[in-house]
Amino acid sequence: MKLIAELFSISLGAILVENFVLVRFMGICPFLGVSKKVDTAVGMGLAVTFVMGLSTLMTHLVQRYVLEALGLEYLQTIVFILIIAALVQFVEMFLQKSVPALYASLGIYLPLITTNCAVLGVAIYAADTSIYTVFTAVWYGVSAGLGFLLAIVLLAGIRERLETSDYPKAMEGFPVALISAALLALAFMGFSGFNI
Amino acid sequence: MKEILIPALILGGLGLFFGALLAFAGIIFKVKKDERIQLIEETLPGANCGGCGFSGCGGYAEAIVSGEAPCNLCAVGGAEVAKYISEVMGVQSEFVKKYAYLHCTGGAYQRYVYEGIEDCTYANNLAGGRKSCTYGCLGLGSCAKACPVGAIDVIEGVPTVNKNKCTGCGVCKRTCPRGLFEIMPESTKIIVKCSSHDKTIDMKNSCPDGCIACRKCERGCPEDAIKVIDNLARIDYDKCVHCGNCVENCPKKIISYIE
Repeated sequence: MKLIAELFSISLGAILVENFVLVRFMGICPFLGVSKKVDTAVGMGLAVTFVMGLSTLMTHLVQRYVLEALGLEYLQTIVFILIIAALVQFVEMFLQKSVPALYASLGIYLPLITTNCAVLGVAIYAADTSIYTVFTAVWYGVSAGLGFLLAIVLLAGIRERLETSDYPKAMEGFPVALISAALLALAFMGFSGFNI
Repeated sequence: MKEILIPALILGGLGLFFGALLAFAGIIFKVKKDERIQLIEETLPGANCGGCGFSGCGGYAEAIVSGEAPCNLCAVGGAEVAKYISEVMGVQSEFVKKYAYLHCTGGAYQRYVYEGIEDCTYANNLAGGRKSCTYGCLGLGSCAKACPVGAIDVIEGVPTVNKNKCTGCGVCKRTCPRGLFEIMPESTKIIVKCSSHDKTIDMKNSCPDGCIACRKCERGCPEDAIKVIDNLARIDYDKCVHCGNCVENCPKKIISYIE
C-alpha cells in the first residue's frame, strides 16, 4: 500500500506538478518542432517516453552498481550522455526497421532526442539512489515521458486548431506556438505545490 | 595512477559495451535498401512537392526503382534530372516541359461580399463561393500560396502563371478546390479559358466571359479537334494543328492563344 502511494505520488509529480516541459522547461526543441500534427506528436511523445524509461533504467543501474560502488559519481554526466546517445541510436534502428512511417515522420527530431535535455534531466533526477529504487526510478522516467507526451499532444491539438483560426499574420508559425506554449505552461503552474 | 586508470577503464568499457550493442543491433535491424534509391533521391530536387503523384521525393525514388513509376515525372527537376535517373535505371526516357494553365478568366460577377478566411477552399464551401459562376476561379489565391516556387501571382483577382518560374508540378491544380488548372506541355498553343458547364441561358447571368456553347469552334475546326461537350468547348490536343480557326470564330474570345 505504501508503495502504491509512492508510485502515485511520483507519477502525479512527474506528469503534472513538475512537468518536464511546461514547468521545468526542458526539451523545448522537440516540443515546438514536432507539435504541428497530433499524430506525429503522439509518435514523438511515445518515443521520448520509451527512451526515458529505458535510459532511467540503465543510468540508475550504472549509477548504483558502477559509479557509486567505485566512488566515481563525478563521471555521472559523461556516462549518462553516452548511455542516452547509444539508446537513442538503438531506438532509431528499431523504428526504421519496424515502423518506417513513424521513422520518416519524426525525421531529424529522432536523433535530436539524444541532445534532448529532458532525457538527461530525468536520468540525473532519477539517479538519486537515496530516494529511488531501481523500480521507482524507471517508474519516474516513464511518468516524466508521459508528462512530455501529455504536453506535446496538448500543444499539437492547439496548433492544429490555430491553423484555421484568425490571428495577425506576423504571428504565424512559431510566434503563436510559443504564446500557446506559454499559456499552457501558465496553466500547469496551477499544480505547483501539490503534494501527497 | 589508480585514480586515472579506473575511471578511464570504466568509461572505455561502457563505450565498448554500447558500441558492441549497437553493432549487434545494426545487424538485427538492418534495412535492405537499393543503392539506386539513394542515388535517385540525391538527384531529385528535394522540394517534396508531390507533383509526380507520390508522397515526396523519397517515395518517388522508391517507386522508380521498384518499377512502378517512369523516370520523367519530376517536373521541378526537368530534363536534366530525368536524364540522370534514366541513366541510373538504364532506360530511355524523354522529358517534356510542362506548365500550369488556368481554365478561367475570373470574369464572373460578384454574388456576395466574402469576409471569411482568405482561402478558396473555405470560400468554396460557403454557398458555392462568392462569385456567380460555380465552376470558376474564386480569386482568393490559395494556388499562389501553395505554389512551391512562387510562380503564381493573383493580379486583379485572377491567378497569373509566370512561365519563367512555373515547373509544372501541379500543386496548384490539387490545391484549387475547383481544379481549374491544367498541366499541359510546352507545345500547347491554344487554350479554352472557361470551365463552366452552365447552359447558355444561365451563363448570361453568371459570367460575361464564359463559354456559351455556340459550337462555332466545333463547326470551323478542319481537324474535328474541338468539341462542345456538356456546354463547354474542349480541345483534343492530339488532333489540334494550331490553325487558329477556333480562336477567330469564338464570339466570347475565351478560346485564345497562349502568350
